[in-house]
Amino acid sequence: MSEYVVLGDEAVALGAIHGGVSSCYGYPGTPSTEIMEYLLEYSEKNSGPFASWSSNEKTAMEEALGTSFAGKRAIVTMKHVGLNVAADAFMNAALLDIRGGVVVVVADDPGMHSSQNEQDTRFYADFAKIPLLEPVNQQQAYDMTREAFDLSEKMGCPVVLRLVTRLSHSRAAIVTSGPKAENPVDKALNKMDWMLLPGNARRRWDSLLGRQKDMIAYSENSPVNAFSLNEANTKRGVITTGLGYNYYMENRSELKDNPSHLHIGVYPVPEDKIRTLAAHVDELVILEEGYPFVERLIAGLLPKDLKITGKLDNTVPLQGELNPDNVRPALALPARETAAAATMDLAGRPPQLCKGCPHDDTYRVIKEVQAELEESTVTSDIGCYALGALPPLSVPETIICMGASITAAKGSAEAGLKNVMAVIGDSTFLHSGLTGLVDCVSSKTDVTIIIVDNETVAMTGGQTTILPSSRLESVVKGIGVEADHVITIEAHRRSHDKNKDILRKELAYKGVSVIIAVRECIETARKAKK
Amino acid sequence: MKYDIILSGVGGQGVLSLAAVIATAAAGAGYKVRQSEVHGMAQRGGAVMAHMRISDGEIYSDLIGKGCADMVLSMEPLESLRYLTWLSPEGVVVTSTNPVVNIPNYPEDADLTAALDKVSKKTLVDDKTLAKEAGSLKTGNMVIVGAASSHLPVGMEDLKTAVDTLFSRKGDAIVQSNYKALELGSRVS
Ligand code: SF4
Repeated sequence: MSEYVVLGDEAVALGAIHGGVSSCYGYPGTPSTEIMEYLLEYSEKNSGPFASWSSNEKTAMEEALGTSFAGKRAIVTMKHVGLNVAADAFMNAALLDIRGGVVVVVADDPGMHSSQNEQDTRFYADFAKIPLLEPVNQQQAYDMTREAFDLSEKMGCPVVLRLVTRLSHSRAAIVTSGPKAENPVDKALNKMDWMLLPGNARRRWDSLLGRQKDMIAYSENSPVNAFSLNEANTKRGVITTGLGYNYYMENRSELKDNPSHLHIGVYPVPEDKIRTLAAHVDELVILEEGYPFVERLIAGLLPKDLKITGKLDNTVPLQGELNPDNVRPALALPARETAAAATMDLAGRPPQLCKGCPHDDTYRVIKEVQAELEESTVTSDIGCYALGALPPLSVPETIICMGASITAAKGSAEAGLKNVMAVIGDSTFLHSGLTGLVDCVSSKTDVTIIIVDNETVAMTGGQTTILPSSRLESVVKGIGVEADHVITIEAHRRSHDKNKDILRKELAYKGVSVIIAVRECIETARKAKK
Repeated sequence: MKYDIILSGVGGQGVLSLAAVIATAAAGAGYKVRQSEVHGMAQRGGAVMAHMRISDGEIYSDLIGKGCADMVLSMEPLESLRYLTWLSPEGVVVTSTNPVVNIPNYPEDADLTAALDKVSKKTLVDDKTLAKEAGSLKTGNMVIVGAASSHLPVGMEDLKTAVDTLFSRKGDAIVQSNYKALELGSRVS
């Protein structure tokens, strides 16, 4: 047993290492990034387990499945929207005969601190009909990661571990236990359970549905789904999920009536416990981090005359994160007294591109050339360069999802917009831009794609891009963009006028142009110097 | 014992390393510590805030409730004002007086001073000047920790041990200038 002070993300990494993981895959995305960073560093120091970033979440998920096929344990990490990218592999993985445990760690971002939506991963686990574990603190994050591997092998399917920003990025002490050895290589023998042809898939689906009762029994008996019944109080009971537990406990000392309490951290939900609690009280208060997942489920499960207080009746905010304050109205507690309301109207301080950022130079080129044109459009993508949407630059007009700059540019050019430019980063391009570029080349669309190549994954803290930048030009040419219209420029003030000329020329060209604007992220360069 | 601190500043100012020193010191003094940090997009030059909770009992929430913080510890004056609703009526604000002006609508000096005047318990620190005196501009955050030290549930010795733990691999000169910064800060009242 040893004690470590770790981030929630790092607790997961340690849990995987001690849980006998053999391979670790992922794509950087806040707030999940630090899991793989810890694993990569550990792997380098200790020559294992195998750990590497993947091109995107789908390739990561599939690589993990390959590891499981070989009989070993694999972890795959991503942010919530990454699971959309991996969804094809994820949904089908539920039908495979998993022998080497697969743990899919998905970090949700309620409140959208660094994301474009606040989707709740519990719906995905429910959709795929596989178990999900949700820790409330670093210790549970460690313990549950270990448990998730065992559970995956026990139930014969992947298991999801759901984190949220506040746990991923919060630090506290954990106690670890003895490491487990890795599984030996032991290839899955029944290949019929790994080839999802319709006949096999139907059989596997039937098997998965048959295992639901085992999953529910597991959840019903799990000590994590702790249930304390107060016989004396039939007025109200409380259900918490995820970090809702912490905020409830934080306020509990102020409650005079000691309500019965059920916490849910293991899914599918423990239906019997919920029924028992509901039968005992007149009002159920539900505090859950994320969408009202349990609340909606319960509304269908329970008698109509039960009063449910939660997100669906707007007592708890439907949007954003829970916190110690916004759960108080549901518990019928008044707001606390504070030192002062804001003493003046405070100027906001939004994030911005670093001083000297290469993207700043590229956007200035675009902005000035745009000013000369009667009509133009700029689509952008996910990364630091999305910050170019804020004043004084204010250049991008769309930011949708990884890779969508290129494809949205294609669609809008085909609909008749002129001088359409797509701005995409090097890592995002390799993640999800390649296929869009194939589409453009195939349709000979009139777009100018500007790959802002800062030679790193900057937004998430400077991870190495999956392919070195020097390869980008040949990748783009290999897809079939005409060599004359693949141009590498230096994203620097000193090349400003030259770069404007090049952009003007490529906008005038009626076909696919790719301009690669290269200069290293100054943050990454600074760190490398240290 | 429970001591809750809201830490604030501007992305890139080193709010997290300041937090690390206090957290390490508190853990060294035998307390439980939870610290919620900001990573990702918010770090790029924007407003940054972290919650730190120190206690001798169980801590459940990573986030501090409104009106519950014992201290707002800020590396920037405008940022110190942003989180006053977290401060308890008896709480104290400890802040640097040196503005980071990276937005066009940054308040005028007079407005900022007037707003800070309304805060009843506060320690204002010119961390830049004292950091220079300590031998390195980079020790500004230790000046601020020093200025907060009389309120914190940890002693100067705990803080020094934490500095030693966190900075010793950077060499003795850096450790010494950080010690000095702590000392100079602690004399501000
Ligand atoms: S981290 Fe790098 S890419 Fe991101 S804004 Fe700063 S310099 Fe630009």
